Amino acid sequence: MPLQPAITDLEELKNHPAVAKLLAWNPAAVEGAKFDRDEMSIYVERSSIRDVCDLLCQNTDFPFNYLADITCVDWFPSEPRFEVVYHLLSHSKKERVRLKVRLDGSSPALDSVTPVWPAANYFEREVFDLFGVRFAGHPYLRRLLMPEDWEGHPLRKDYPVEGYR
Amino acid sequence: MILNMGPHHPSTHGVLRLLLEIDGENIVRIMPDIGYLHTGIEKTCEAKFYQQVVPLTDRIDYLCPLTNNLCYVLAVEKLLGLEIPPKAQWMRVMLNELTRINSHLIWLGTHALDIGAMTVFLYCFREREDILRLFEMVSGQRMMTSYFRIGGLALEPPLGFFERVQDFATRFPSKVDEYENLLTGNPIWGMRTKGVARITAEDAVALGASGPTLRGSGVDFDLRRDMPYSSYEKFKFRVPVSQGGDVFARYACRVAEMRESIAMVQQALDGMPEGPIKAVAPKVILPDREMMKTQMEALIYHFKIITEGFAVPAGEVYQAVESPRGEMGYYVVSDGTAKPYRVHMRSACLANLQALPTMCEGRLLADVVAAIGSIDIVLGEIDR
Repeated sequence: MPLQPAITDLEELKNHPAVAKLLAWNPAAVEGAKFDRDEMSIYVERSSIRDVCDLLCQNTDFPFNYLADITCVDWFPSEPRFEVVYHLLSHSKKERVRLKVRLDGSSPALDSVTPVWPAANYFEREVFDLFGVRFAGHPYLRRLLMPEDWEGHPLRKDYPVEGYR
Repeated sequence: MILNMGPHHPSTHGVLRLLLEIDGENIVRIMPDIGYLHTGIEKTCEAKFYQQVVPLTDRIDYLCPLTNNLCYVLAVEKLLGLEIPPKAQWMRVMLNELTRINSHLIWLGTHALDIGAMTVFLYCFREREDILRLFEMVSGQRMMTSYFRIGGLALEPPLGFFERVQDFATRFPSKVDEYENLLTGNPIWGMRTKGVARITAEDAVALGASGPTLRGSGVDFDLRRDMPYSSYEKFKFRVPVSQGGDVFARYACRVAEMRESIAMVQQALDGMPEGPIKAVAPKVILPDREMMKTQMEALIYHFKIITEGFAVPAGEVYQAVESPRGEMGYYVVSDGTAKPYRVHMRSACLANLQALPTMCEGRLLADVVAAIGSIDIVLGEIDR
């Protein structure tokens, strides 16, 4: 199966159930989309992530009812620096979708999705711990893996692999 | 009163610390505290070549290394767009199912030991030893196998390997009967597990639970059947689901899974295709030793792969497999170089652990031990 080039034109992708739902709701919330290697990614505008998740989760025709994962990618030194990545799964339709939110490096913050899925609790704490992205409205935003008094966020690209000595 | 359970409590299977707020014998609140085993594997991956990450994936979940190997190599193969030959895919399925049995055996042994049924432990480790010998035979290692490589398998399975697996597959179903004889109808086992640590299907989904923890609550979802990978669609198997949502339901699910898994091993043995074990991609896959010593070109490729790695086209992939504990996912981001830009592991245990407070709050202190056992936690996978 040789690689197909990625489709990034929103017009071509607007029939995907998640994209169609979001465009019908609020076109301004969708910054772009990408279909690459059989996987769908949707770039979501920062302030609407919680509403987008709620909408996709509650959607009765095509519910993305399960939050599989939240993580982050640091594109240091380019800006916007952080990409918070959400992997959603539909148990009934057996389909996945990836949501991405781009964040600036200066004080990265966005809304927590814990009201939609309690599962986001640990995932968001992990992202906060390792990348320093803050989630507004999280019930207990503390470090998850590193010690409480640790300085810095180890998975950032400007954090040395050997740590600070 | 606040009670500190762990990090070295024997029933926490590693280094899990639970802060228990208790009122007499009743649990008011549970706060898990994790991170004692955090080794920064995700960060380490960013400094390695793609092929050097495979041994790291073994160490994440040390009870099912082959499942982790598979998940990672599938993700990278998807990034590269490689086609894997059928024999390698079938071998992968067969070894994955053996790994599932291996992992479930340890779970069953230690879980039963935790709640007082000591005998089962010895029975389970007897069969586990057989599986580890099979792994040693095929990969040279008992636990940290690293047998799956990007593009196929590390080695051709040795002579006599399939006969040994056949022997095991013939013997094993009667052994599962032995475990069930000891536990399923045992009234003490029933009292410790039935109705204990209940979780509803809605809660389990909302909390991100997966695998037997989810299926024990009646949600019929298994990635092997519903989103097949590595030729799972060619195998016939049943996905065991229990409705109880309690410790016993999760126990019943896993025991039934062992029976399904051994049936799949048998199917893999019966239908094992002939052919190569590696894809055709000389720039990615190391040439055979014999070729390397006789052909100039193979030697060049070998040298280049070892010293410089191989470039992977830019992009990102999320690949999930059904590990013995649930949805194990690898999110690999490539920036077009020979080292992964980001590797993230979606740990099934981390999400399952979030369900623990919901299971235990309002119940008795002694049930916590049963609940921890029933979600089958592996701290290496949680902390990474």
